[in-house]
Amino acid sequence: MELFSNLALGFATAGTPENLLFCLIGVLLGTLIGVLPGIGATATIAMLLPITFQLEPVSSLIMLAGIYYGAQYGGSTTAILINMPGESSSAVTAIDGYQMARKGRAGAALAIAAIGSFFAGTVSTFLVAIFAPPLTAVALQFGAAEYFSLMIVGLVSSIALAHGSIIKALAMVALGLLLGLVGTDIYTGTPRFTLGIREYADGLNFVAVAVGVFGVAEILRNLEGEKTRTVLMAKVSGLMPSRQDFKEMLWPVLRGTGIGSALGILPGGGAILASFASYTVEKRISKTPEQFGHGAIAGVAGPESANNAGAQTSFIPLLTLGIPANPVMALMVGAMIIQGIVPGPNVAVEQPALFWGIIASMWIGNLMLVVLNLPLIGLWVKLLTIPYYVLFPVIMAFCSIGVYSVNSNVYDLYAVAFFGLIGYTLVKLRCEPAPLLLGFVLGPLLEENLRRAMILSRGDATTFVTRPISAGLLFLAAAVLIIVFLPSVKAKREAVFTEED
Amino acid sequence: MKSVSFDSTNAACGAIFASLGLFFAYQSFNLDLGTAFRMGPGYFPLVLAIVMTLLGVIIIVQATRLEGEPIGPIAWRGLAFILPAPIFFGLTVRGLGFVVALFLTSLIASFASQKMRPLMAVLLSFGITIFSVAVFSYALGLPFQRFGPWLRF
Repeated sequence: MELFSNLALGFATAGTPENLLFCLIGVLLGTLIGVLPGIGATATIAMLLPITFQLEPVSSLIMLAGIYYGAQYGGSTTAILINMPGESSSAVTAIDGYQMARKGRAGAALAIAAIGSFFAGTVSTFLVAIFAPPLTAVALQFGAAEYFSLMIVGLVSSIALAHGSIIKALAMVALGLLLGLVGTDIYTGTPRFTLGIREYADGLNFVAVAVGVFGVAEILRNLEGEKTRTVLMAKVSGLMPSRQDFKEMLWPVLRGTGIGSALGILPGGGAILASFASYTVEKRISKTPEQFGHGAIAGVAGPESANNAGAQTSFIPLLTLGIPANPVMALMVGAMIIQGIVPGPNVAVEQPALFWGIIASMWIGNLMLVVLNLPLIGLWVKLLTIPYYVLFPVIMAFCSIGVYSVNSNVYDLYAVAFFGLIGYTLVKLRCEPAPLLLGFVLGPLLEENLRRAMILSRGDATTFVTRPISAGLLFLAAAVLIIVFLPSVKAKREAVFTEED
Repeated sequence: MKSVSFDSTNAACGAIFASLGLFFAYQSFNLDLGTAFRMGPGYFPLVLAIVMTLLGVIIIVQATRLEGEPIGPIAWRGLAFILPAPIFFGLTVRGLGFVVALFLTSLIASFASQKMRPLMAVLLSFGITIFSVAVFSYALGLPFQRFGPWLRF
């Protein structure tokens, strides 16, 4: 079986003491920052990205993946304990998880979340291992036109999932794409939009943009209304769920895993959508829907499994096609490019150790989370009592060091401040920053493939609709756009996102 | 027609997008546009800039239809202290060196919160500096000069 020899290679790569250590550090750092309310996974990764640059490519990606899971896990911990989801994908968990905690069942709720996540993580790791290679084979057939169309699908889906106005999200994508084009034109060497600053000839630094738009803007938002956090510290006891609990969580976990795995693969989909879909499904098919909102076990187990499964399978489009499904994956693309790896179907062929190592490390990371974090919950709870004003000077210092360490270019630091201001302004204007970041990463790729496709077709724009795969993808993108503009869906979508806030 | 209610947040948002779009479009016109067959460096950006301008105009038009919630408080103090921190680091890291530049950067960022006491800020910045020098400079071996030329006599 090729699958098993591949997985064996993966585990051998991820299982070296060095990589295990980086996975552990990633998971711990991710949880640490994920627990702190107000800083989500994207901001966490953006801030911690620079410290991974000194590592080997495999180790650095393993560590980043660890940070991602850790941040998600930390997010659900705070959702349950203090009703404050550190992460939008765990917003649903807060509904029933916090009620369980108030009934003195915080320990059980945390354990259920952890076990559900671990189960979902295990299943979806295998799904990634099974589906990634055939998809890579398909992706290798892709020409410039197909790539262009695929990226359009990704951008359109990111719009569909953004909060608020669709028009604004479209404008954000356009702005992101334009910012991505800053720098030297690859075909002619002409500098574009650099405002005459020579240091920007290589383009705006991705890390600087991400740290500014997500990290700095997030800090500013937290500084708006400085409130003291009142931590109703539910006592965490009785970690082990009872036999009855296990029985109640079995099916929700299985269903959540299925829903999450399916939605995670969709470009632009991912964890947030998965947890909401799972909660809705559980509530609808439950025999006791009145329990939901008052501490239903299914309301914790289902969404937690779903968001973890979705987080995992969202690596599939990244690893096979090099197309990020969400802003976190966009950050991973940035990390790969900085490490000198061009994300795409060739990664699996040319660097099998890297490819399978990342997949294996996903499972290892999940295992570490379960084994380490349940005993460490006391420590995470203590962290919640650290006042915020102590944290952000630390964050700013690390961001500055991190961004500077990428290229030793001081202009990158000025870009951080500039994009922090831009990011904060956009948040104030109720614009979601995620589509901007996705556009920024995809901008150069999109233009390159567009120009190449047009040259190949001798200036005939119909090439995008006469090639079957490309036409299918564009059709999908158009369908998504039409659906989000339909009045009934629009109303429902708004309802979902208001619930989330 | 004085009672026309409109959403000032969205109007501002649309105006920003539209003017950014015009700015990028203007810049693109100075580049070689080329043809659809062989696109020059200005072709794709120009298309995007025009799209963005149009979207901005649509947002402005929509803003006149319904009234939105107000913009909410703005973190002026945060803006005044957080944003200069990385700029200061960039200006001084070569001259003052890593240690001093980082200490002062943390100190500046500390004052973004009204709750921070001066003594606390100094202690915190001190701690951050020691930790970072140990981790980044010694352990990870980043090639930063610890003390820069401005401090040498």
